[in-house]
Amino acid sequence: MSFTGFIGKKLGMTQVFEEDGSAVPVTVVLLYDMKITQLKTEEKDGYSALQIGCVPAKAKHLTKAEQQHLLKNGNPLLKTLKEFRVASSVVSGFSVGDTVPTDFIEAGQKLSVTSTSIGKGTMGTIRRWGHHRGPMSHGSKNHRLPGSIGAGTTPGRVFKGLQMAGRKGNKIVTIANLKVVHFYPEKQVVLIKGSLPGSNGALVVAKLMKK
Amino acid sequence: MMSHHPLILEINQEFLKTDRPSIFPGDSVRVNVLIREGSKERVQAFEGVVLAKRGGGINTTFVVRKVFQGVSVERSFFLHSPKVESIKIIRRGKVRRAKLYFLRERIGKSARIREKTTGYATINKFGNILLANPTTPKK
Repeated sequence: MSFTGFIGKKLGMTQVFEEDGSAVPVTVVLLYDMKITQLKTEEKDGYSALQIGCVPAKAKHLTKAEQQHLLKNGNPLLKTLKEFRVASSVVSGFSVGDTVPTDFIEAGQKLSVTSTSIGKGTMGTIRRWGHHRGPMSHGSKNHRLPGSIGAGTTPGRVFKGLQMAGRKGNKIVTIANLKVVHFYPEKQVVLIKGSLPGSNGALVVAKLMKK
Repeated sequence: MMSHHPLILEINQEFLKTDRPSIFPGDSVRVNVLIREGSKERVQAFEGVVLAKRGGGINTTFVVRKVFQGVSVERSFFLHSPKVESIKIIRRGKVRRAKLYFLRERIGKSARIREKTTGYATINKFGNILLANPTTPKK
């Protein structure tokens, strides 16, 4: 088995028509040029994985350590490094500096896609956790308040994990079972059915789902 | 319409039909729809007045209303749907608003629409069809 994952950039959404006339909403993802930057092996690292780099960067945006890590193996300067856990048989098929092939992608495949969701800032409990609001009238002053956060002396503390107001979004989100609608090899563009986390231009990491 | 990445526009271009006439609310149109019957496909016409047009680009839809045996039927189509075989403009209507939902409450004489004889309506008369997307797709 070869390596089946890719890193791309979310360009935005549109729709395409199927043969039967149905309109399918799709997210357009542009694949980055993916370079193998490091091989991780059982003997050396205790697990096997491929480190893949993409997105060209200027030297001033990388630390010297990062620059040397890439340059010593003849790779260009890259902004993003991502590790993919794969079987050791897959790792042995690659060497550092190789470009990862994308020809495994075809319509109908299922992907799990990881990206960073859009940050929403500080949000109350209704928006952040889907709590219900209080009555708006009949003398009620509890419109959007979070309510009680626990009992008194016993337990004498607020339980961990209690849903409260705070930052919403800007989290790493993975969505499974997304279908590949179309792949344009010459453009290196994938159409994925439905929406993906993150704003347009966001970095998207996708892996083929296991059968 | 939202501004899109050039690559998205390129993908849309593939699905945009270049033979679609430019339709406006108030026009009387005949929409030839492909209908699947078993393994065969045949064309069925839906004829009526365009009540509304919404969306943009690949997402453009329009609503056609017809009165059939005293029952009004409204049907919305994607302008670029592969199931819409062709659209023929029968008559250009002169209307003063974009959404003609007021026609739903009207019957008979009050539901008439005056014919538009100026502006874009004259283009058809000389045999040219005013196309919705006159640009040819880039190859």
